[in-house]
Amino acid sequence: MSAFGDFAIILLSAVLVNNYVLTKFLGICPFLGVSGKTETAIGMSFAVMFVMTLASTASWLVQQYILIPLDLLYLQTVFFILIIATLVQFIEMMIHKVSPVLYQGLGIYLPLITTNCAVLGVALLNVQQDNNFISSALYGFGAALGFALVLVLFSGLRERMEGAPVPTAFKGSAVTLITAGMMSLAFLGFSGLVKV
Amino acid sequence: MFESLMYAMAALGGFALIAGLILAVASKKFHIEGDPLSDKIDALLPQTQCGQCGYPGCRPYADAVAAHAADVNHCVPGGERTMQAIADIMGVEPKTLDEEESAPMVAFIREDECIGCTLCIKACPVDAIIGAPKQYHTVIADHCTGCVLCLEPCPVDCIDMISKPELIEHWSWPLPDTERAHTGLERRESHQHD
Amino acid sequence: MIKQFLNKLGISPSGFAGGIHPDMRKWTEQSPIQTCPLPSLLVIPMKQHIGHICSPLVGIGERVLRGQKIAKAEGYLSVPVHAPTSGTVIKIEEHAIPHPSGMGLQSIFIEPDGLDERDTSLAPMPDWQAQDVGALRERVRMCGIAGLGGATFPTFIKLVHDQKNPIETVILNGIECEPFLTNDHRLMVEHQDEVLHGMRIIMHMVHAQHGIIAIEDNKPDAIAAMQHAVNALDGTHNIRVLAMPTRYPQGSEKQLIEAITGKQVPAGKLPMHVGVLCQNIATTRAIYEAVTLGYPLTERVVTISGDAVPERGNMRVRLGTSMRFVYEQCGLTDFSGIQLLHGGPMMGERLRHPDIPVVKSSTGLLALQQELFKEAHPVEEPCIRCGHCSQACPIQLTPNLLADYSRNEQLEKAQDYHLFDCIECGACSYVCPSHIPLVHYFRFAKGQVAQVRREQQFAEASRQRSALREARIAREKEEKAAKRRKVRAKQTPVASADDATPQTSVKD
Repeated sequence: MSAFGDFAIILLSAVLVNNYVLTKFLGICPFLGVSGKTETAIGMSFAVMFVMTLASTASWLVQQYILIPLDLLYLQTVFFILIIATLVQFIEMMIHKVSPVLYQGLGIYLPLITTNCAVLGVALLNVQQDNNFISSALYGFGAALGFALVLVLFSGLRERMEGAPVPTAFKGSAVTLITAGMMSLAFLGFSGLVKV
Repeated sequence: MFESLMYAMAALGGFALIAGLILAVASKKFHIEGDPLSDKIDALLPQTQCGQCGYPGCRPYADAVAAHAADVNHCVPGGERTMQAIADIMGVEPKTLDEEESAPMVAFIREDECIGCTLCIKACPVDAIIGAPKQYHTVIADHCTGCVLCLEPCPVDCIDMISKPELIEHWSWPLPDTERAHTGLERRESHQHD
Repeated sequence: MIKQFLNKLGISPSGFAGGIHPDMRKWTEQSPIQTCPLPSLLVIPMKQHIGHICSPLVGIGERVLRGQKIAKAEGYLSVPVHAPTSGTVIKIEEHAIPHPSGMGLQSIFIEPDGLDERDTSLAPMPDWQAQDVGALRERVRMCGIAGLGGATFPTFIKLVHDQKNPIETVILNGIECEPFLTNDHRLMVEHQDEVLHGMRIIMHMVHAQHGIIAIEDNKPDAIAAMQHAVNALDGTHNIRVLAMPTRYPQGSEKQLIEAITGKQVPAGKLPMHVGVLCQNIATTRAIYEAVTLGYPLTERVVTISGDAVPERGNMRVRLGTSMRFVYEQCGLTDFSGIQLLHGGPMMGERLRHPDIPVVKSSTGLLALQQELFKEAHPVEEPCIRCGHCSQACPIQLTPNLLADYSRNEQLEKAQDYHLFDCIECGACSYVCPSHIPLVHYFRFAKGQVAQVRREQQFAEASRQRSALREARIAREKEEKAAKRRKVRAKQTPVASADDATPQTSVKD
């Protein structure tokens, strides 16, 4: 199969078939936390895309050129978290400068990208699947894209629900989680599309 | 074994150093001046400078809210709408206001009783009272914000707060007279969001 | 493009999206225009147009003539008000007007003397082709002409020849798509030559190339009458009559332009930006009278209809006549259990009582039995997302979403969904199966947005005043300190000669 075909399959798999939020159930915290408004959702998507893509590439590089040659595989988690934390700090400063309102809107969820299991998950899965450099980068980007897609879709739904007459017993988290579950069911329709 | 430990420390230490350097450079580059968040909050406040929030003016309250030193629900003249907008920006839950918001009022001086002492003129934060020593004082109704700060200084208590006259140009349609129309209002006032 | 091609073939195009077909009930379309007698009191409000309120020019006890200017226009967006008949001014005070709030406006009360003597200060201009276009425009303004289709926009503002936005086509709006109303219809049937004459004046004023008289196809006699008048012209004029399919709201300016020319007037822009000028039939005739006869606007044709009116018809009514008087002329004297409407049933206002004067926007006076209304307070049921409202909307908005946002006062989101592009035609409310009063919600939201904007402007002005005050106080302090320093500086040589106290710097 052509290289381009391979890359397309990686992207498709990461975005739709094995979506990080709705199929693997990673990164639920920011998914529910910042999806109240579409502006914060889009802001968070960009932040996560930046962190995930760079984190997965940097992690791959560290894995290949530092950990394996020097036989330091037991330090894998420490190094990966170090990379992720640095990137998150960087993006936090950038957002604070560029858009203080977005910074305020994201609140605590911005530094929490550090502990987002999806970001660490992507880095570790790359290692587990033994991808090459380009595949790792694409996989990280695809995972972030999938996260962004679902986050923005969900924020649109939540904004509509804000004005809707939800029964009292279901108001708030209940209807939010039910909606997330239904989205997950919908994405189940993609399973089997791509074999990865 | 010692060698591998050295490698580990060197690798980790080196990596941490590089990361630290990158962040130091970034913090210099992304340094922000002033407090743009405070500006945004100040733009939402009604600028009555009345002090009902406990701060000596609207800008100090905006600064306090931006610094997380004050709650979002202290501005009474701003009402529900201002409180919601501030809560939106700060990303916090809306809260009920300290006091009920009342209909807009303006001050009115009973000129027959005015003694021309200029104490109310000095008290008005937006210079909405005109007059001079030993002359009648009068309130420019279009400029009055209803902050009530002029009532106390008046030695003869000749100032009343009257409701702002409604102009036909400023009239707007109320909500339709159905039961469901008011559910939106109830939803907002119960603050049952998540 | 296809629409324009079909247009040239003489086939009227289907036009704009959406629309509804209510039962037209044009019960008065065959009733010739009768003249309403002069009442014993005329109440003329100071604002009968969009724009600034006029200020009275006459005093109590003064005698005025018909057509005499009794209130002058303030500002650009305004037209003057004239006395509808000769008589004496007896008072100037607030009186109710046809406004949904029920509030009143300053009005001039005139007691007619029965002589109906005209003011002749404005000279007739039968040779208007030779006149300067600016002078004609000023004549239209001076005669107090505003859009008589109900909007009452000052007409002279539209009649401008602007090089940047030249007008190619003048469309005469003879659609009259509101149920019950027939005043434009009767004007076309009975005064076709005058209407056409007015159209030629308009075309001359804006240097237009084409003229189209658009008439709904439920008025075949009006189409025939206008065609007859056009045929009598000498053929150098590029005017033709176009029959449009009957649909509400075909008569809405932007919808009509889209249906005829295929061009959509962009949101926030005016018809002149697509090279079109739309004018109502009654306004056109008023322009004819103002220019060729020198008559200011003192009367208008009103349709009095509805199932509660015994003798329905169309009447030429002097402005300022009490609506109660007009209804009585048509046989309606007992107003209990009757719902009164000012204008048409789709976009008109409900009147609380009939003691309100007829104004420039009074296209119709309707009186309907209460039972005809869908219960005074219909039970609003939840939206079932059927989509009928979106299908009916001529602007292609989504009324159900807009109503949700309006109800919850999510004003930014409502504006994102184009709240201000809504023309409040009522087509969506008409088709809603859940009886949701959609247009009411939009009006509420628009009012809230306007209120928020006003509050923000006031807050900004207060902030500036407060800042200026603080600057003033700081400046006064500094001046006092400078004065003190000056005084000290004068005193110090004397003081230091006598004692050895060190000079202390002035601290504020």
